[in-house]
Order: sequence, then C-alpha cells, then structure tokens
Amino acid sequence: MKRRTFLKNTLMTAAVVTTFAGLMIKPKRVFAAWPKESFDITDLSDSIKSVYGHDDLSETSEVKLKAPDIAENGAIVPINIKTNLKNVESIMLFVENNPQPLSSGYNLTSKSVPSIGTRIKMGKTSNVIAAVKSNGKIYSASKEVKVTIGGCGG
Amino acid sequence: MSTIKIRAKESNGSVTVKALMKHPMETGQRKDKKTGGKIPAHFIQEVVGKANGEEVITVHWGPAVSKNPYLTFAYSGSKGDNLELTWTDNKGNKDSKSTVVK
Repeated sequence: MKRRTFLKNTLMTAAVVTTFAGLMIKPKRVFAAWPKESFDITDLSDSIKSVYGHDDLSETSEVKLKAPDIAENGAIVPINIKTNLKNVESIMLFVENNPQPLSSGYNLTSKSVPSIGTRIKMGKTSNVIAAVKSNGKIYSASKEVKVTIGGCGG
Repeated sequence: MSTIKIRAKESNGSVTVKALMKHPMETGQRKDKKTGGKIPAHFIQEVVGKANGEEVITVHWGPAVSKNPYLTFAYSGSKGDNLELTWTDNKGNKDSKSTVVK
C-alpha cells in the first residue's frame, strides 16, 4: 500500500471513530435506542436522573395515575397514566422498590394523545411514580400499591 | 400465527389502540428450579406504533413488564387508518401486525 493512501485511510478512520464516540457520549434524555443504562440502575433517584439529567419532579394533579390500592398478584399490576398537559414528549413509569425502578417509557409524538396503559410486575409493596415531560418540565404523580404476592421471584 | 392482537377504535377524532403480545418477558432474575441456574433474560424492549406509516408512539419496556404484555395508547386519527405495531426483544426477535382502525 502506498504510504500516502495509508495515511489518508488512517485519518479517515480516526475521524469516523471520533464522530461515533461523540454520538455515544450524548445524554440519552430523548432516547432513540433502548436505554440499557437507565433500565439497569437500581436506585430510584439515580434512575430518574439518568432519564432526565435531574430528578426535579413537580407533583401535580394534572397527571392521572391509575393503579390498584392492593395488587393481589404482583406479576400483573395494571397501570394507566393520562394527563391534560399539552406538548407531552414522554411518559415514564418508575416503581421505587423494584430491583430496577425504571419500568417502562413511552415516547410520544405530536399526533399522540397522552394516555397509556400497561401491566407491570412488582416485587413488593412500593410507590409507583408516573412522570410526564411536557414543555421541557417534568410533572409527576405517585401512588402506593400494596402487593400481597410478589411477581418478580419464581 | 402472529404474536400480536390489536384492536383500534376511533371516537371523536381520537383512536384508542389496545394490544396484547405473546411473550415470556423473562427478567433474568428467576431461577430454574431444576438446574438452580438463572433463566436468561428474554423480554420485549421496544414497541413502535405507526399510523399510515407515521410513528405515533415508541415504547421502551424493561423486564418488569408483565408476561404476555398489554399496551394501550391513543393518537389523533380516523377510521380506516392503517395501524401497525412492531415489537423487538432483547434477542433481536421481531414481530409486527397491522390492522385497520374501526
């Protein structure tokens, strides 16, 4: 291989690698890919910070979180979250006492209606936190769900 | 057979989508009683909902979502929309299904 071509190629590769590295370091606040890091965190406040970059949540009645008072079966706990807030970018669901508090995240678009529902597993009695990002601010609602039989063991 | 069941219904300009997916949603923390080893994690990580090809929701799920997961969401749309759901799990398996909004 000619020396010049070799140098050129090396430089090109270096440039590409740097660009990629730059992309990787970007905070994952608006995550395009599945946020493994956030799903792995075991502390609630760290988990919230990893999603938003801070854990400044304003509790409001505008976020409606529907969850049972008592879940007889922790393996299937129905959760519904909706809000009247406008320009909702995302809805996140955290379960404080689960091994990893981040349970699920919903990225919305301008066509979405901010209302989602799912069924989750809860290991034990815990606060469930619904966080809604609207106009760059994070609003939340929380509720304690008592679990009689945990749903994470086996 | 598809692993997804969808129902999508329009009312007052808003389409409510209800979906059930067939998936074990293994957390990776459960132990196999016979071998004593851990059952490897196997769960849906992402569900994308598209209406007439345009993305209306992207869902990220962790292992703490129940087995055979249920999802409901809503978007501004109309009857006759082509609604498509696609899930991808942590092993790279995928499935998708579309339905016409009623």
